[in-house]
Amino acid sequence: MALSTSSNFAKPDDAFRAVVEAHRGLSDAQSVDLDAALVLILANHIGDLDVLREAIALARRRMVDASQQQQQQQ
Amino acid sequence: MVQQSKTQFGYRRHPDQDRIGADAAQYPVVVVGAGPVGLSLAIDLAQRGLPVLLLDDADRIGEGSRAICFSKRSLEFWDRLGVGGRMVDKGVVWSVGKIFHGASQLFQFDLLPEQGHKRPAFINLQQFHAEAYLVDRVQELPAIDLRWRNKVIGLEQRHDLVVLTIETPDGPYRIRAAYVVACDGARSSLRQMVGAEFAGKVFEDQFLIADVKMTAEFPTERWFWFDPPFHAGRSALLHKQPDDIWRIDLQLHPDADPAIEKLPENVRPRIARMLGHEKFEFEWISLYKFQCRRMDRFIHGRVIFAGDAAHQVSPFGARGANSGLEDAENLAWKLDRVLRKTSPEALLESYHAERSGAADENIRESTRSTDFMAPGSRQEARLRKAVLSLAKETEFGKRMINGGRLSVPSIYDSPLSTADCDAWRGGPRPGASMPDAPLAAPAGDPTFLTEAFIKAGTRFTLLEFGNGGAVDRPDGVGVIRIGGNDGFSDSAGLAGARYDAEPGTAYLLRPDGYVAARFRHPTRSVLETALARAAGHN
Repeated sequence: MALSTSSNFAKPDDAFRAVVEAHRGLSDAQSVDLDAALVLILANHIGDLDVLREAIALARRRMVDASQQQQQQQ
Repeated sequence: MVQQSKTQFGYRRHPDQDRIGADAAQYPVVVVGAGPVGLSLAIDLAQRGLPVLLLDDADRIGEGSRAICFSKRSLEFWDRLGVGGRMVDKGVVWSVGKIFHGASQLFQFDLLPEQGHKRPAFINLQQFHAEAYLVDRVQELPAIDLRWRNKVIGLEQRHDLVVLTIETPDGPYRIRAAYVVACDGARSSLRQMVGAEFAGKVFEDQFLIADVKMTAEFPTERWFWFDPPFHAGRSALLHKQPDDIWRIDLQLHPDADPAIEKLPENVRPRIARMLGHEKFEFEWISLYKFQCRRMDRFIHGRVIFAGDAAHQVSPFGARGANSGLEDAENLAWKLDRVLRKTSPEALLESYHAERSGAADENIRESTRSTDFMAPGSRQEARLRKAVLSLAKETEFGKRMINGGRLSVPSIYDSPLSTADCDAWRGGPRPGASMPDAPLAAPAGDPTFLTEAFIKAGTRFTLLEFGNGGAVDRPDGVGVIRIGGNDGFSDSAGLAGARYDAEPGTAYLLRPDGYVAARFRHPTRSVLETALARAAGHN
């Protein structure tokens, strides 16, 4: 596994707040645009397609989980 | 609008048409379709000494410019066919492209930033000019029998030959062929005759392609716009051709009505907005929905498919005609060897392996370009918007913009290649095409490696970097020696650098100029093994 999922920030709350606050005052549409730019900037910084693919797979698992939950509730 | 019908050819009755039943004439190779691919293939085969029958259902060179960008690799192939000089003399040489977003330039790129190549990265040349020069060359070669208005209407595969039924103005006749090569384009009727599928992806967006005639001071560069002021929300391309003709591509809305959009009175205002004036005439207007698709198998028994008949791509990237020409150069030497029985029939299978792999690469690249121009979802559009805006400030954003990735030869993952066993820091690896480099002949005349390859016979050739002693090379293999007492001199050092050469380094080149194997200090025995593999004896 090339993707690091251990905690890399000394103060994880600061990192989370930084991302949250980046969206402050933005409309939903602007927020989506911000996220798109941010994803591309960070992806380029990582510069490793295998890591990127693992990150995408990890993120997408949430979508699968969410849709399964929805089905179970129905 | 001036309709282009540049050259008209006459139908002539041939004595073969009087031979019926078992008396039907037989040819080693019949090439169907006298477009750039069929013509080039026929010339290559004829230069290798094979008689070729070349059939075309029309009697003239087609309308419109169609393909316009011919790559360095295609020009090097055409040099081997004796027509490269004419193409380059007539063509517009270019290597710089610019990408605009709105009214401002985002960046520019140079496709051939280094010196020391005989041929430029690209020329722009109307397809009908290229075809006319190829037809002229065909007419110099008695081994090619080119028959116009000969339309294949029937195909029957037998155990060891193919029987073709050909319709002519004088009625049908039959011929027999050991091999048939179908170069009959995207709507290939031979493909239907063998019952092959042609599956892939159709893009919803429509593109209007117009060639206009005007005298203009735009530089000879490829200009591509995302969301230009003259064509809001869509993309546009401007590119120069010879004879004061300019190619313009405009992306249209998916719902645009082709019949209405195509009318000159509707096209004119769009282009006037783009150019900022109305002093132009239309040469050709066409409307396309692009498709990316390929045949599953390029070889069906004794019928082999090449060019658009076998694979189709969207035009952004100049991967249509150029990949068809790469098919032709890949197939010609293999077919020649199989027909002479110097290689087993299995060698042809490597044509499918190498060129279907290249088709997949071309389809992937041109699909990505077309998707970037016409995003398929709102989120895809947002990501593209992010790339375009990041490109203003960052290098990575510029590199991520996809306004067409222009054709470069594929590197074959090929059964004909011998894997490296020595250490290399650079140079073309087995399966890659040979890079050019400037040389001086032993007498001192300047030349190029690609020219030396032609002089060495366009066959299996050993490119040796001299170490004083000659390599003991297998029989029938040509040689290009660089350095030593009697070799070419590499005074600029570019050949040595481009091939990561040390004294004793040798590359075994295939007859199509691709690397089959390379060694630091080859012996005759390793060369013979590599040669046998490259010739399909496996």
